Amino acid sequence: MKISFANALGLHPQALQLRARRMEVLASNLANADTPRYKARDFNVDKLLRGPETPKLPIRKTSPDHLSLDDEDARFRLLYRVPQQAALDGNTVEEHIEQAKFAENALRYQASLRFVNGKFSGLMTAIRGE
Amino acid sequence: MSSFKIFDVAGSGMNAQMLRLNLTASNLANVDSVSSSIEQTYKSRQPVFAAQFRNAFDRLHAVATGVKVLGVVESPEPLRMEYAPNHPMANKDGYIFKPNVDPVEELANMIAASRSYQNDIEVLNTAKEMMMQTLKMGQ
Repeated sequence: MKISFANALGLHPQALQLRARRMEVLASNLANADTPRYKARDFNVDKLLRGPETPKLPIRKTSPDHLSLDDEDARFRLLYRVPQQAALDGNTVEEHIEQAKFAENALRYQASLRFVNGKFSGLMTAIRGE
Repeated sequence: MSSFKIFDVAGSGMNAQMLRLNLTASNLANVDSVSSSIEQTYKSRQPVFAAQFRNAFDRLHAVATGVKVLGVVESPEPLRMEYAPNHPMANKDGYIFKPNVDPVEELANMIAASRSYQNDIEVLNTAKEMMMQTLKMGQ
């Protein structure tokens, strides 16, 4: 039997990458909590991990300049947070919400890391044959 | 973890909040700096923050956005003019001018700035911890 790291580790390396990326986005929100007109941004990691949704409307491109629906770029586009209460200066960062999301994201990152580590130690056991 | 951008982002946020804190300190320190003309009187100084985008493409796609300090502006609010003919700084009409610093506003600003600074520190610590754990992966 061949041991493939990609098969053994599953979704978790990709999850780690996305979580790290989301951490940057959330850190930007927190850093810009006092910047006028800054709009808080985020993206949905779970949705990206699930991959593109299967049923998709067939769209005919009549010009090469048209954007396609399923290109990588469109999937990774950042979304804007809908604020509960926007500030008067147009800033939509709500520090308590961002803090909560940041904590949640960090925890999920650590969970994925723990899974990867577990897989690695499992593989080590298998290789050693002890 | 792909990059160290998060440290730049949190660092720029801390830098901006530090400037804000410094300006608050200078405003509060000068709250009683009296002078005899409008031009010479200390005016409340406030920082202007902006999100750090390098270009239009960045605005749509940038993952990490730092804080840029555009500059410092002096408050346009009118100065407090007081009739005090016995004051050594009084002008020929007997008036002195006091800065347009609002101590209550400055104190609130100070607390907000220090809270934001703490937030950025917290972000830095968490990111550092996550990186350390990632470095130890598979051990």
